[in-house]
Amino acid sequence: MGLEEKLPSGFLLTTVEKVAGMARKSSIFPATFGLACCAIEMMTTGAGRYDLARFGMEVFRGSPRQADLMIVAGRVSQKMAPVLRQVYDQMPNPKWVISMGVCASSGGMFNNYAIVQGVDHVVPVDIYLPGCPPRPEMLQDAILKLHEQIRTSKLGVNQQEAAREAEEAAKKALPTIEMPLSSEKKGLPR
Amino acid sequence: MTSPTHAPAGVRETTEGTVYDVTGGDWDQIAADIAQSDDERIIVNMGPQHPSTHGVLRLILEIDGETVTEARCGIGYLHTGIEKNLEFRTWTQGTTFVTRMDYVMPFFNEAAYCLAVEKLLGIEDDIPDRATLIRVLLMELNRISSHMVFTATGGMELGATTVAIFGFRDREMVLDLFELITGLRMNHAYIRPGGLSQDLPPGAVDALREFIKKMRKNLAEYQKLCVGNPVFKARLKDIGYLDLAGCMALGATGPILRSAGLPHDLRKTQPYCGYDTFDFEVPTTDTCDSFGRFLLRLEEMHQSLRIVEQCVDRLEPGPVMVADKKIAWPAQLALGPDGLGNSLDHIKKIMGTSMEALIHHFKLVTEGFRVPPGQTYAAVESPKGELGVHAVSDGGTRPYRVHFRDPSFTNLQSMAAMCEGGQVADVIVAVASIDPVMGGVDR
Ligand code: SF4
Repeated sequence: MGLEEKLPSGFLLTTVEKVAGMARKSSIFPATFGLACCAIEMMTTGAGRYDLARFGMEVFRGSPRQADLMIVAGRVSQKMAPVLRQVYDQMPNPKWVISMGVCASSGGMFNNYAIVQGVDHVVPVDIYLPGCPPRPEMLQDAILKLHEQIRTSKLGVNQQEAAREAEEAAKKALPTIEMPLSSEKKGLPR
Repeated sequence: MTSPTHAPAGVRETTEGTVYDVTGGDWDQIAADIAQSDDERIIVNMGPQHPSTHGVLRLILEIDGETVTEARCGIGYLHTGIEKNLEFRTWTQGTTFVTRMDYVMPFFNEAAYCLAVEKLLGIEDDIPDRATLIRVLLMELNRISSHMVFTATGGMELGATTVAIFGFRDREMVLDLFELITGLRMNHAYIRPGGLSQDLPPGAVDALREFIKKMRKNLAEYQKLCVGNPVFKARLKDIGYLDLAGCMALGATGPILRSAGLPHDLRKTQPYCGYDTFDFEVPTTDTCDSFGRFLLRLEEMHQSLRIVEQCVDRLEPGPVMVADKKIAWPAQLALGPDGLGNSLDHIKKIMGTSMEALIHHFKLVTEGFRVPPGQTYAAVESPKGELGVHAVSDGGTRPYRVHFRDPSFTNLQSMAAMCEGGQVADVIVAVASIDPVMGGVDR
């Protein structure tokens, strides 16, 4: 991205990380990407009672080029998917995606020919928010969790290090379901 | 430029990989044709992701200077395949799907669908009065919330943010009621073939009365905020003109038709759910423009409030589901001690006393009831116009086909007639006055 990515590892980088994290999380501009029912709840979250302005993000940008958060609110049809990707590509880095509602997260109840079974087929997703539709409070919670994630995110070499560690951890992680080793396998596979 | 044999979307290679964009299809061709002609016409593509097109509507405008010479809409960006999904679910499960069609007016979808299923079953006369009354009550509340969304999003599109905030504020009040009654803010699946999923909770009537009082007061504010505002008026007056002949030719219904002076309202002309016993008026104007439609909707909210009030006065205790245990689920759902699922008492009863009942319950829930073969059409007057359901049964436990005549879809085709010859900025106003909800248009 910018200069901050080129800093050497050490005190300077961690300081810049903290400052950048604070700055980035404090004023996120969401792009409007309302698609279906969830979009109405997203608008409600921006309006009076729930008031996203309290978190410094009441300005929903019409243009993706001014936004750094895309809230995919609703079901993404096959026809909409390329548009979604294009809007995502138009957003400047760094950028984040919240997939709002079960439809955007996994296709939800519409397991059919028309709906993309999860928007993560098209764009990388940072926060999955279940619910049909999720309540405005849930969207706020997701946004606050994302703020936390942004605040503590790493930059430059530190980020590469963190990514490597995460991958190592994932490789070492034990499966949650106990599977018999193939050498011990007896009888029919379960 | 992509070759015509390519997939629907255009392709561009970037350093980050292939990027698909919204070119392709008719768009390329139109743009190429126009580029060759030597006049000043330009094609402007608005949407499908545009803050002012009311969801994922795509408008393709041909403009000459600031004047729109040709307007088309591109739809299908929210096609969900709901009608197809219905064919793979039982008749009762269908309500869960139809409520997500036009998500701004879920109760109308459910009611229209259930009326059609009940017609097929031949049980229209067996629906308990209380169920019908609560249906009417919810539909009218829903009409208010739908018009609130119209006011709010319409206002937002015009840049009148105050109106938007007001609209959402009052919509919240309606949603609170919905949540109290059905347990959900949206997408309720509360109206079921044969009646309702459950009765009104305790305290609902008081909450309703409280709401009516507050809403009366708030509705008056819109009058002051919008009708008296010269900018608002100037933006809406004489914009989106469509006269009666145009409405008739294009099949427009709802506020668009009534703004042309014809008092056509299914609640009066073809009463269902006992609307003929309620005291209300159908407002009309003859201005044929967006401002007239806005005023109409304001007045309709007042009328809906009147109906809600009458419903609340008339409510009497009674069942909310047909007595026929072949259709109504045998269990009257009562909450268990953990606040979820069926009550233990009920489970004990059904498990312990009668094997027969258990089998019957299981069959009904997993397989559903059978609907005699045939087809029918049921229509209700939704906030946007005539919402019709054409249901076909082949005698099975699942629909053979259910088609929705969604008013947004039909009304949207009047967009071209309203916009052509006008200014670009007025397109937004005209589309907002149609109030299409793409969930309903594309389904
Ligand atoms: S998750 Fe539910 S509310 Fe959200 S778009 Fe899908 S169907 Fe609509």
